[in-house]
Amino acid sequence: MSPIVKRKGEKFTLPGKYLLFILTILCTGLIVLTLYTDYVSRPLGVIAGRILVPMQTGISEAGSYLSGRSEELVHIRDLLAENERLRSQIDQLTIENTMYKQDRYELNNLRELFVLAAQYDEYEKVGARVISRDPGNWFHSFTINKGYDDGLLVNMNVIAGSGLVGRIVGIGPNWAKVMSIIADNAHVSGQVLSTEDNLIVKGNLELFADGLVEFEQLIDKADRVVVGDKVVTSYISDHYLPNILIGYIYSIHGDANNLTKSGRLTPAVDFERLNEVLVIMQLKQIIEDE
Amino acid sequence: MKRFITYAILIIFCFVLQSTVFRGISFGGIVPNLLIVVTASLGFMRGDRTGLIAGLFCGLLIDIFFGDVIGLYAMIYMYIGYLNGKFSGIFYPENIKLPLILISFSNLFYGIFTYLLLFMMRSRFNFEFYFKNIIFPEVIYTLLVALVLYPLILFLHYLLEGRSFKRTEENV
Repeated sequence: MSPIVKRKGEKFTLPGKYLLFILTILCTGLIVLTLYTDYVSRPLGVIAGRILVPMQTGISEAGSYLSGRSEELVHIRDLLAENERLRSQIDQLTIENTMYKQDRYELNNLRELFVLAAQYDEYEKVGARVISRDPGNWFHSFTINKGYDDGLLVNMNVIAGSGLVGRIVGIGPNWAKVMSIIADNAHVSGQVLSTEDNLIVKGNLELFADGLVEFEQLIDKADRVVVGDKVVTSYISDHYLPNILIGYIYSIHGDANNLTKSGRLTPAVDFERLNEVLVIMQLKQIIEDE
Repeated sequence: MKRFITYAILIIFCFVLQSTVFRGISFGGIVPNLLIVVTASLGFMRGDRTGLIAGLFCGLLIDIFFGDVIGLYAMIYMYIGYLNGKFSGIFYPENIKLPLILISFSNLFYGIFTYLLLFMMRSRFNFEFYFKNIIFPEVIYTLLVALVLYPLILFLHYLLEGRSFKRTEENV
């Protein structure tokens, strides 16, 4: 009797290639399933959230402390080099400085006229802390320490300080995944504030290192849009509430089709140093397909 | 069972580190890929089955928290673990060159596949840029981190294998 039992026990170990085959099918199934439903991602999110989020919360604080220190070191080096340069240019800069001061005074006045900040106050917001970031180098999503237990929902807009950060694309009980507008797969429908021309803002990994995003499909026949113009989210966006600041136009050029323009934007938010964000607790009204 | 729990803790530990602290100490925005080091190491130390299960687990963690769909990274990591397992026959703990070469190639494989599946499919064809700025720096940085992390995993391997050395020989 006993040798048979022993053999049975050994037979249970499946050879690697069969296991690989079975799990490949399982993964493919999961991919298809999660593309259309959240049957799988929801329970998995609950389990993983309960185990990992407390750890990430603690450790990310240590991480931001470390990055603060390393940044200080970099800054010291930068400052030394910059100091040298500035000394040699000090006269020239003083003249320029007075000019800029005048410009800034004017800019501040103009900004006050727009009173963008007041518009955000209409929405109910909740603060959240960034606890972890995408471990790969390809995309730039991150997770925050609040989830559906705190009343958050998928597609809620996330802002930080003055501008748009992104929106919630995945959620668990105590965490939410935020896709930032600078991620390579992100698209935001925006409009130029001064002329109300619509454009599409797209993240691009190739511009990521320069801290820029690209925009395209801007129709501006009268050539009224200039560098430095404010770009905000548009009224026709599917997921984003209108009039949230996205950034400023950095460069602009006509497309080969002579109809549209494209170029680059400087985002209003500093994505490198993102520790606290605000989630707007209001969803964009969407007309449901019947 | 003891081995399973130890490896699970190791993977979770690396995932948490990679998504939190290592973001803070990244060079030029590039983060080393600890999970590749773990997946590849377990693969060539313990064979293809352990490798593919470890890879599946690593990939699933990334998928749940950061992926668009669940299963894609799981599949990439799983294949990396499995392929590394095929080298367990020529793995000797004294030799550090083979593990480092395998880890680097695994990372290269991971980078190229991520590009093919997630970037080229969306008509981002500037492969040269992505190779120079993302894939290659990541391989180098991971290699440097592997120099520290790999001996730790090897030490763990010794601790777990210490008593059941005979069984490993049978498995291999």
